Amino acid sequence: MRRLAAIAIAAAVITPLVPLVLWSVAGSWPYPDLLPTDGTTRGLAIVASSESWHALLSSTLIATSVAVLACAIGLPAGRVIGLHRFRGRRMVQFLLVTPVIVPGLAVTLGLQVFFIRWGLSESALGVVLVQLILTVPYAATILGAAFDHFDVDLERQAQVLGAGPWRTTALVTIPVLAPALAATALLTFLISWSEYILTLLIGGGQVQTLPLLLLSAIGSSDTTAAAALGLLVVIPPVLLVAVAARVLRLRGGMLMGVART
Amino acid sequence: MTTLSVVTGSPAVRRALLLAPAMLVIGVFFVGGFAQAIAQSLGHQPLLGGGRWSLDAYRVAADDPAVRSSIALTLRIGILSTVLATTLGVGFALVVRRLGAGRAWLTRLFQGTLAVPHLVGALCIALLLSPSGMTSRTAHAVGLVDDAQQFPALTQDGFGWGIIAEYVWKETPFIAVIALAAMSVNLQRLEDVSRTLGAAPWQRLRHVTLPMLSAPVGAAALLVLAFTMGSYEVPVLLGRPFPAPLSVVTYQTFNDTDLTSRPEAMAIAVLLATLTTMIAAGYLVVTQLARRRHA
Repeated sequence: MRRLAAIAIAAAVITPLVPLVLWSVAGSWPYPDLLPTDGTTRGLAIVASSESWHALLSSTLIATSVAVLACAIGLPAGRVIGLHRFRGRRMVQFLLVTPVIVPGLAVTLGLQVFFIRWGLSESALGVVLVQLILTVPYAATILGAAFDHFDVDLERQAQVLGAGPWRTTALVTIPVLAPALAATALLTFLISWSEYILTLLIGGGQVQTLPLLLLSAIGSSDTTAAAALGLLVVIPPVLLVAVAARVLRLRGGMLMGVART
Repeated sequence: MTTLSVVTGSPAVRRALLLAPAMLVIGVFFVGGFAQAIAQSLGHQPLLGGGRWSLDAYRVAADDPAVRSSIALTLRIGILSTVLATTLGVGFALVVRRLGAGRAWLTRLFQGTLAVPHLVGALCIALLLSPSGMTSRTAHAVGLVDDAQQFPALTQDGFGWGIIAEYVWKETPFIAVIALAAMSVNLQRLEDVSRTLGAAPWQRLRHVTLPMLSAPVGAAALLVLAFTMGSYEVPVLLGRPFPAPLSVVTYQTFNDTDLTSRPEAMAIAVLLATLTTMIAAGYLVVTQLARRRHA
């Protein structure tokens, strides 16, 4: 009985991906056939085209930059939230949670004017900066929770032994927090990788990431092309999570933010 | 302590410096962007120079049939998706928890789905549920429908079934992962104690297991609710242009070639943000009250 339920759950999770995989290699697949009548490598050619590679490169660079910046900004903020008790701490925490609730679309529509004025629109830098709105709250919250369990005496010991502040941070603080930092980097990378509407609004169509390329392929009603690109968008993050889950032993709390992706 | 603690003596200054980058992102981009959206909804027109303060945009939005039909749809999609995903997710976790070797395997599978971008999820649901999709073909094979037209409209439908299906597919594993993480060794011990004290299985579930899950799963459900009310790419692929959720209507209005509809787009964006915040706040109040009554 339990086994049966487990198989049903696995089937429910996997089933929607089956037509995606079949369509990516389908040369022709008329209704009502259950399987494609012949295969094609056209999908593969679309994935290997220079346009796709360019989008893959853009997505990778933008998502990596967002992950690194979100960690760099979230680490000092997380330290204050996790280790310091002060007046206004709740206010800081509240400010850090609101961007998770208020839709990014509403904020970015207003922000666009500033980005045009500052020369940041239609640039990859502008896209990276706007995606910080979505990622910094998660980074600060996860790293804040990690600092909650952080033993400050470890840093004091390093300093007593003669390490300067930079060496203490590099050789004690960051190694101790490495699992939380890695989880934060993974999460913020995934949020950035999946982002569509903020990239469109600030990038103005000039910054072609994979989701933008995919949505225009879906609009062109070439299902084989759309499915092949869909696989190109989905395989890298799934592999990344599979590897990370093995290496990091991801805990549930660290995955909270993936809901946004 | 950190580098900065040596440079500055005062703890308040040190805190401010450590928080500065994050507060800059939230303060300038988030608060600044939203304030600008409100200002433009009230008639401020930075690109056309100046403008006149008025509530006209809100009046136009209130009379717009696209907006009127959108509010109920947005709420329906958000609430239904969240309730379904949360119920299913907790149910999945309760089943998976009792499995032996299968537990690790299914947890991996759940984590894998978390990494699937919603846009790809929407494409998958379209290929699965559209009139010529996999489900329709299967229904044809077993003789339930004669052709694609007979298959019920599950995508691009007025109710939003396709959109809800995508959210439930993507968010159920998310809730399940959070619930599984909350079912720690600690919970096992509490259940063992209640068993020795003579609690029946359903009593254990009701008074021990579910209360332990309520805080983390409740927080996760709030994230799902906020996300499903504000997301754009899923309804744009799986829904109709009319009636469409507020996020889609916002972008449609914003993208109007007529620049004078910009204030209305901003008004709808502010409406969307207000509605989402109100629902989230209402949810928090209700869950707090329920928790207090239990305690």
